Amino acid sequence: MAQATTMGRRYRRRVFVNRVMLTLTVVATALSIIPLVLIIFYVAKQGIGSISIDFLTKTFRPITFGSTSTGGGVLHAIVGSALIVGLSLLMATPIGIMAGIYLAEYPSNSASTVIRFCVDVLSAMPSIVVGVTAYVLIVQRSKSFSGVAGSVALVVLMVPIITRTTEEILRLVPQAAREAAVALGAPKWRTTLTVVLPMALSGVATGVLLAFARAAGETAPLLVTVLGNNNLTFDLFGPMQALPLLAYRYTEQPYQVLNQQAWGAAFILVVIVLGINIMVRITTRARSPR
Amino acid sequence: MIASQTTNTNIYMPTDVDAHLVLDGLTIYYGAREAVAKTDLVIPRKQVTAIIGPSGCGKSTLLRSLNRMHETVAGAHAEGRVLLDGEDMYQSDIDPILVRRRIGMVFQQPNPLRARTIADNVSIGLELDGIGRRAKQAAVERALKRAALWDEVSDRLDRPGIALSGGQQQRLCLARTLAVEPELILMDEPASALDPIGTLRIEELIRDLVSEITIIIVTHNMQQAARVSDYTIFMTLNEHGSGSVIEAGPTQMIFTAPKNKLTEDYITGRFG
Repeated sequence: MAQATTMGRRYRRRVFVNRVMLTLTVVATALSIIPLVLIIFYVAKQGIGSISIDFLTKTFRPITFGSTSTGGGVLHAIVGSALIVGLSLLMATPIGIMAGIYLAEYPSNSASTVIRFCVDVLSAMPSIVVGVTAYVLIVQRSKSFSGVAGSVALVVLMVPIITRTTEEILRLVPQAAREAAVALGAPKWRTTLTVVLPMALSGVATGVLLAFARAAGETAPLLVTVLGNNNLTFDLFGPMQALPLLAYRYTEQPYQVLNQQAWGAAFILVVIVLGINIMVRITTRARSPR
Repeated sequence: MIASQTTNTNIYMPTDVDAHLVLDGLTIYYGAREAVAKTDLVIPRKQVTAIIGPSGCGKSTLLRSLNRMHETVAGAHAEGRVLLDGEDMYQSDIDPILVRRRIGMVFQQPNPLRARTIADNVSIGLELDGIGRRAKQAAVERALKRAALWDEVSDRLDRPGIALSGGQQQRLCLARTLAVEPELILMDEPASALDPIGTLRIEELIRDLVSEITIIIVTHNMQQAARVSDYTIFMTLNEHGSGSVIEAGPTQMIFTAPKNKLTEDYITGRFG
């Protein structure tokens, strides 16, 4: 009888502790989601009003005090972002994927150990440091701010993401698949290209998309390389505008109209980042190597 | 008696066989560790040779060294010669890739390639040689027929290879190997992951194929060795912990009148 009550007490205590811990983890989870919800909600509330055909298809219109100008649109920033990020994607994708292949296929030689460490350090590098380096090496030497300098800075930020995701996903490809190809007399590069890479394609694409999303939203490295431009330009060798850059510049402006446009640009960025992440979810769920 | 120059006096491979593969002083290492001790053997042409022995005695290692697959493991290497029709496959100017095209391999676990259709699984070896589309189709059909799988899959060649049953997958892997027309096929316990019916089909297939191709099969199933093989090689660990060939000869002789005590003990189930 006495034993039964102690058992009962212990059991009740165990249930109680379990409930407390569960509550704590639920609260912590909720806290971690709140910022995202707030950001999406607030940016949508402030920014969605700015979105219009004009906003998406017109470029900057000068504003003077007392005028009724709407400030035009942000087409120049959309074009600039597309060109700068597109160019960096073209450079970063092959470099990142090939580096990832090397790390996955030669996982434990001394070169890959060093490279892996360097890639990890690079991925933790503050983006302004990367931007300033690009400024010194490209902008100062070419004596001009340029979209290309911004692209190069973004490449440095994208490559580690693509490299590491490619490596991780290639390692999930079963050794038996590699052996199957090798036993048929396939050279290593052929095995990688026709067997290993296709099996990991959705994972590799995920890495590229995540890197793209990261680059699309980066502001700091663009500040010191791309500078900003109020006109629509397709010249990657001159100063350009980009969405995050425009959002930053416009919040500094004394004009209400431009502040509103900054929210609109922020809204577009959030939609892009959110859209890419949802795409990643869908593609990786569809087919992933087990 | 072949290999009479070695100390091993229990190799009873007949001298009058048509030697397809000759192992001449082949010693296999993982790093500094000797995994398989110096081996001299003759593998007769268009016969099934079984390698039997207890787990961990180096059967698979010996098998994988014959088409230089063991080299894909870091630190693995071999000394000695493997003569395919008199040509040393370990010669320094021979590319292991070319060795593997002449000596094919089927693994323990069926390993069809995911994300590839049945037809594409069979043709992958041909793609390496850049074979044209029409020639490929014909070769796929021929290989699937040789692997006794054509009737079961001819109406769904564009379905994924992994949608097949385990036994069918293994025959698909065999078809894939046959498609590149190897002279010799190595099989590493090809039926151990299969159910009895799948096993039976593979064994029948081995007997059918041996009229045109040389087969070496590793198995820990003695009944299987007795059923499918013409010659049997018995291995076990020696006193240094290296795998070594104890006895080899016609299957009937090994199973009914083994010369070595160890072989007899293993055959009668006293160890292993």
